Amino acid sequence: MSVKLTTRQVGDVTVIDANGRITLGEGSATFRDKIKELAGSGAKKVLVNMAEITYIDSSGIGELVSGFTTVTGAGGSLKLLNLGKRVQDLLQITKLYTVFETFDDEAAAIRSFS
Amino acid sequence: MPETGSGDRLHTDLVLDSNLASVDRGESLAMEAAQLLGFDADTQQDIGIAIRESLVNAVAHGNRYHARKKVRLRIWTSRAALTVEIEDEGRGFEPDAVPDPLEGGNVMKLSGRGLLMIRAYMDDFDYQRAGDSGTRVRLIKRVPQPADG
Repeated sequence: MSVKLTTRQVGDVTVIDANGRITLGEGSATFRDKIKELAGSGAKKVLVNMAEITYIDSSGIGELVSGFTTVTGAGGSLKLLNLGKRVQDLLQITKLYTVFETFDDEAAAIRSFS
Repeated sequence: MPETGSGDRLHTDLVLDSNLASVDRGESLAMEAAQLLGFDADTQQDIGIAIRESLVNAVAHGNRYHARKKVRLRIWTSRAALTVEIEDEGRGFEPDAVPDPLEGGNVMKLSGRGLLMIRAYMDDFDYQRAGDSGTRVRLIKRVPQPADG
């Protein structure tokens, strides 16, 4: 199974609910396309809900970085919600925990954008 | 499956095409072998990711998805360890020459973390040139022994 992404709007924050695997190939391409689409439509506040992400490889990590760079480069911000232990460990291993703002609570994450 | 004199049992010996379907297949086989050895679910996934990253290196960076170039995957199991060897037909590479993804601006690079993840998830990783061209990498994950607690 690749990744399935659904978006919803909470106020002016765009929440991406991600489900499945973000790995080299279809998964990473799907994620990249979604971020480009949102950035192109002017979304400035993006929250990626990783609760249902079961697996992520180095390509997927690269797409998270790419998404962060794309959104912040357009004057916005991208944050992460509900990281599982595996993704948390990966952010530690790769030192990306110093880059991404992460949350366990959606309401707190939404408030952080204002 | 044959058994070697060292007690290692050959679980898998496959020659794979250079595509992402091969990566998925190899990852599944490694996780299956890890399960047979009794690794817990988390460790099985660690091993799966490490093998996936190694196979991507072979298929994408080594063989560059070339239709005629193959990747050989071998997996051995023993009571002591899971051992995986992956050999490609690419131009070879020097892992030590890969920029440190944890250093300065490299943290924000879009790629270059595969070896870091392999080393984080496996106990041993080494590599050597295979024949005139290509690279052979060996990854080992040791089975926790009762004395390890």
